Amino acid sequence: MNASVWITLALTLKVALWATAINLVLGVTVGWLLARRQFFGRDFVDAVLTLPLVLPPTVMGYYLLVVIGKRGWLGGWLQSSFGINLIFTWQGAVIAATIVAFPLILKSARTAFEAVDPQLEKAARVLGLNEWAVFFRITLPMARPGILAGVLLVFARSLGEFGATLMVAGSIPGRTQTLSIAVYEAVQAGQDDTANFLVVLTSITCIAVLLAAGRLAPSKRH
Amino acid sequence: MNFDVDIHKTVRSERRSFDLRVRFTTNARRTVIFGPSGAGKSLTLQALAGLLKPDTGSITFGGDVLFDAATGIDIPARRRGFGYLFQDYALFPKLNVRQNIAFGQSSGLRNPSATVEDAAVERWLRAFELVDVAQQRPEELSGGQRQRTALARALVHSPRALLLDEPFSALDPELRERMRSELDDLLQGIDIPVLMITHDPQDLEWFGDAALYLRDGQITEPPPAPSRAQPTRLRPA
Repeated sequence: MNASVWITLALTLKVALWATAINLVLGVTVGWLLARRQFFGRDFVDAVLTLPLVLPPTVMGYYLLVVIGKRGWLGGWLQSSFGINLIFTWQGAVIAATIVAFPLILKSARTAFEAVDPQLEKAARVLGLNEWAVFFRITLPMARPGILAGVLLVFARSLGEFGATLMVAGSIPGRTQTLSIAVYEAVQAGQDDTANFLVVLTSITCIAVLLAAGRLAPSKRH
Repeated sequence: MNFDVDIHKTVRSERRSFDLRVRFTTNARRTVIFGPSGAGKSLTLQALAGLLKPDTGSITFGGDVLFDAATGIDIPARRRGFGYLFQDYALFPKLNVRQNIAFGQSSGLRNPSATVEDAAVERWLRAFELVDVAQQRPEELSGGQRQRTALARALVHSPRALLLDEPFSALDPELRERMRSELDDLLQGIDIPVLMITHDPQDLEWFGDAALYLRDGQITEPPPAPSRAQPTRLRPA
């Protein structure tokens, strides 16, 4: 096998890790807002943010092109103001993977936060804590197992992202071609050896991730 | 003057709207707010503690204004200086007894360590005979140990008053009797005003120097039920 396979693996992990990190911050923040704050249009916000879960990834990819493409309202502005182009870049792949996987962490985090007994937060307030301290000392630790489960789902989903990534970032070997796209390309080109290797590699990577996650996640007795 | 309360709060849920209009003054060392479930006792206690913001009115304790809708004063719960004993104690499940009691000793972003050393915490651990279980988590404790841990957690900051939220309602009758006398003993040495809410007439007889009756969100007088003698139990100050 040539070295490009390892470049593809590294790129795939890089995209998935970035998408997971961004989603961790976004998902925890928005999940907490949806769980703990009453505001007008909360259900609507929840529905819109869940769309990537139910829409075909190609439709999400199309939306993304409309928004961050060279003629999109955001993409056009980035291009003219900063000279930044996201289409056919690994950063574009990160954005696609982030958005497609976002509902998974959002649901996990929201459910985890809703399961935290508000009484414990009240007890912490009476004991002298401000809202930040309540969040970091009570709410977040109590919700952590659920959030970690969401992180794992997001990472797995990002690792396997195909449709939206292909539309936004394309399939440029060594630059935007991730494992799942490389498998498709190899099969299309009739390169069965490459396809076999990539499939095994992907499977091993996923098993390694699952094992690592099992080690990281706290046991019930913790 | 201890509590001087005059508040109004409308609580809306999907199915009903509840009007709380509570007005009372008490100077007693021990005050009981007595009423059936759904009368607004818990809302009242939370408003006193700063966990629920009334729509209008004012709350004064010992001459300090804690809440006044007219002037926009609303001291947050963390600065009201009350000890609060929650209905099911609300002990932090992932922290051991020592950490639970030391919880409010620092208000930073990190919880106290499992072996935190603090003179006040040690004193309450000893006073409430919790030294032997200091490293255990709440789930490993007996009912009595839980109550003592929760009480120590509330008292370690030398609160200006202690608020008790139906401390025995979740217990079976036998245990309730035991916990009641235990709490009585523990409170003997503590000379701060105590305010308790309960729906149990026995708590009323046992605990109250002064009794307030709450029904449908309002303090009523005379007592709504044709029942027991007014508690007039006197205690040495």
